[in-house]
Amino acid sequence: MAQSEKDARNVIALQRFGFGPRPGDLAALGGDALGAMRQIVRLKAVAEPVGEGLRSTSQALRELDEFRTEVQRKRSAALAFAEAQRQQEQMNGAGAMSSPVVNRPPSSTQIPQVIFRAEADARLRCAVDAQVGFAERLVWFWSNHFCVAVSKGQPVRVTAGSFEREAIRPHVFGKFADMLLAVEKHPAMLIYLDNRQSIGPNSRAGARRGRGLNENLAREIMELHTLGVGGGYSQTDVTTLAKILTGWTVINAYDEDGELGDFRFNPNRHEPGDQTLLGTRYKAEGVKQGEKALADIARHPATARFIARKLARHFIADDPPAMLVERLARVFQDSDGDLAVVSLALLDSPEAIEAPLVKLRSPQEFVIAALRATGSRFDVNQALRISQLMGESLWNPSGPNGFADTEAEWATPDGMKVRLDFAATIARQAPGSANPSDILDATIGPIASAETRRSVARAESRAQGLALLLMSPEFQRR
Amino acid sequence: MLLCEDRIHPSRRAALGSAGALFAWSFMPKFAHAAGGRDPRFVTIILRGALDGLSAVAPVGDPDYGALRDTIALSLSGERSAFALDGFFALHPAMPNFARLYKAGQAIVVHAAATGYRERSHFDGQDVLESGQPRPGLTQSGWLNRALAALPPGERIAHRGALGVGPIAPLVARGSAPVMGWSPQALPRADDDLAMRVMDLYAQKDQALARALAKGMETDKLATASGMGGMKPRGGPADPEGMKLIAAGAAKLMAAEAGPRVAALAFEGWDTHANEGGATGQLANRLGGLDSAFAEFERDLGPAWKDTIIAVVTEFGRTARINGTTGTDHGTGTVAFLVGGAVKGGRVIADWPGLRQQQLLDGRDLKPTTDVRAVLKGVMMEHLGLSAATLAERVFPATADLPPLRGLVA
Repeated sequence: MAQSEKDARNVIALQRFGFGPRPGDLAALGGDALGAMRQIVRLKAVAEPVGEGLRSTSQALRELDEFRTEVQRKRSAALAFAEAQRQQEQMNGAGAMSSPVVNRPPSSTQIPQVIFRAEADARLRCAVDAQVGFAERLVWFWSNHFCVAVSKGQPVRVTAGSFEREAIRPHVFGKFADMLLAVEKHPAMLIYLDNRQSIGPNSRAGARRGRGLNENLAREIMELHTLGVGGGYSQTDVTTLAKILTGWTVINAYDEDGELGDFRFNPNRHEPGDQTLLGTRYKAEGVKQGEKALADIARHPATARFIARKLARHFIADDPPAMLVERLARVFQDSDGDLAVVSLALLDSPEAIEAPLVKLRSPQEFVIAALRATGSRFDVNQALRISQLMGESLWNPSGPNGFADTEAEWATPDGMKVRLDFAATIARQAPGSANPSDILDATIGPIASAETRRSVARAESRAQGLALLLMSPEFQRR
Repeated sequence: MLLCEDRIHPSRRAALGSAGALFAWSFMPKFAHAAGGRDPRFVTIILRGALDGLSAVAPVGDPDYGALRDTIALSLSGERSAFALDGFFALHPAMPNFARLYKAGQAIVVHAAATGYRERSHFDGQDVLESGQPRPGLTQSGWLNRALAALPPGERIAHRGALGVGPIAPLVARGSAPVMGWSPQALPRADDDLAMRVMDLYAQKDQALARALAKGMETDKLATASGMGGMKPRGGPADPEGMKLIAAGAAKLMAAEAGPRVAALAFEGWDTHANEGGATGQLANRLGGLDSAFAEFERDLGPAWKDTIIAVVTEFGRTARINGTTGTDHGTGTVAFLVGGAVKGGRVIADWPGLRQQQLLDGRDLKPTTDVRAVLKGVMMEHLGLSAATLAERVFPATADLPPLRGLVA
């Protein structure tokens, strides 16, 4: 194989399965990017985000609880002080003249914002610093597949990052069934999709308190996490799975046992009795009833097809080749949902190199790729703000179906205008003095069109040349 | 180069300023003469997440309502009492602007309404609502866009294209008719020279990106010309402040002489599974945001308000009975709103199905008796002048047996 063809294959692999090459990466990889990715899968090498502010989920929820208590205490104290002052002034006969000054309590977004920013910083740095980036792209894929949204409230805001670290990352090259169970048991998901409050109508708590089912999590597990909307379940199955999952909750401040913020199965809330879901009978055996049901749903053929299609859509094309989807679904099924095997099958498919690079990078992918190519300093606040402006706020999709994965959603007039403004901004910030054409050569060079090369070479300034590189079709698409 | 200046009508170019005119017009139809004195505006607001119609407009006269809604039921008496609309329905207290417009004959409630979709997936429900197709997953274009594409080429409405507000254009506005895009801006603007060079590259290598960026540039120029350059985002589309801001921006653009006449907005956060709240609370806050959006449109459209109709629709309703967590799960029948100076309002349109257990759909949901597509078809027929045949074939395919609801427009 000629060197130029090898170079092109490497760039295609790094664009499609990673965040694009940084200048120097192509040389450092020793000429086989796909081989490096296979090695990553075999070693199950998923980066672990690091940073000073990272906490476990239960620790984050405990700190949030303490923080809220403290805010409440200060507010009460301030009100009591104001009341005392008012009485004092009334006694002095000055009450009508001045109004009491109430000290405002500290902003209640402080701690949640601190934790969120630390998690975002550590998470995005993994992508900026990744050499091949395949594992990180899979983390993003699964995190969006099993998304939570921080707009739900402070408890999700403080756990969205630890959710990804605890429930997604350990299973990226493990079994799908294990990831599914880790996700559905995680406090962030139980809070986000309301299951922590769901109560079996005939359980002890249900009979006593007159509260009952919330079917939100059960529906989205089948519709969005596993079987897919045409996957053959009914409204009765939704209600049944909701009953099966009653009692799956999070330890709160009023529970007597266990650490606040941990998963808890509460038998008092669990709907008693056997349940029939998707034609299978599940005996009444507490938390095991749900664990077994989820294990079966994870192995359902509809799940294999649904996941295969989503993966192929994400990495290959908005409307992926049917043959590829079928192949991945078969591998998923035959390997019992082994995601390392499925990932290898994706890398080994002919489409990995041969399919044209037609997918538009999502806003966050574009931000990371732009930082990598230009060597600009990563600033978490800027990255978060830009992604939000382009419609992809970190860990905050507008619904539990996550962010869209098709061009129709991202190639919008406003979205492209913001990309342009961002490209201009980042190009002005780019350090060093390398010629934009040299940076082009060291990144998308082997696949760049003559038009893009010419456009970058003819730019009136270095900043303009870099911005043109970032906006070029070869850079926008992967 | 993409500088197709020969196709730009001079008066249009002057209205936009030369910088704006550089980019946008190569694929736009030729600008025609102004058609008549009437210049209708049409806004669609999609409420994503499924609005609880029984809380937005409560059937307080139905004997079963109170028991189903228990602690979150609205009442005509007491503090934060609901607005009585007629002897049967009451409007949520968080919506004083709508109440005022209703009294002034500029607002309609359509109750027990739904699309033809009878499952309970948000995403398929929104697909059906916005695509206007009988089933989900059939097309990547929306009914609003197809309505524009179907207007005769001389119509001034069609020329401006649809305005999709927000960085992600709602499906309802997507399609072959040009889509403008706008959202509150917060980045330093790329200079025109860079923009022109990028457009030049796209024109040679990537038509899809060329189309999108050209429309983005066009709207941006218009926004600047309308004095909206400094609008900063405050809260997103699920936040009452964000809703207000988005509405104000869309209204300013639509009020401009050269601005779009049709817009699609999406407000989020209506999926109230837990702690929905009654007269106050979660849902009340969002309804308040929607209500202030109406006021923003009324104010910023100015004299154009009299020619305006805003249609508010959602993918489906919520369960009639509150669930185990003082919220409501996915249901079917709900409300739609029509607001604006061109609405023949002051009415609740409802063929009320009742709330007794056996009257509920599947024993759980408000049974839909009015198809929102008939309502939208009625508005587009009388307000935008589309024919019944076009509406039944192109805009809402396979709805020949669903006649447009007439008499909605003043």
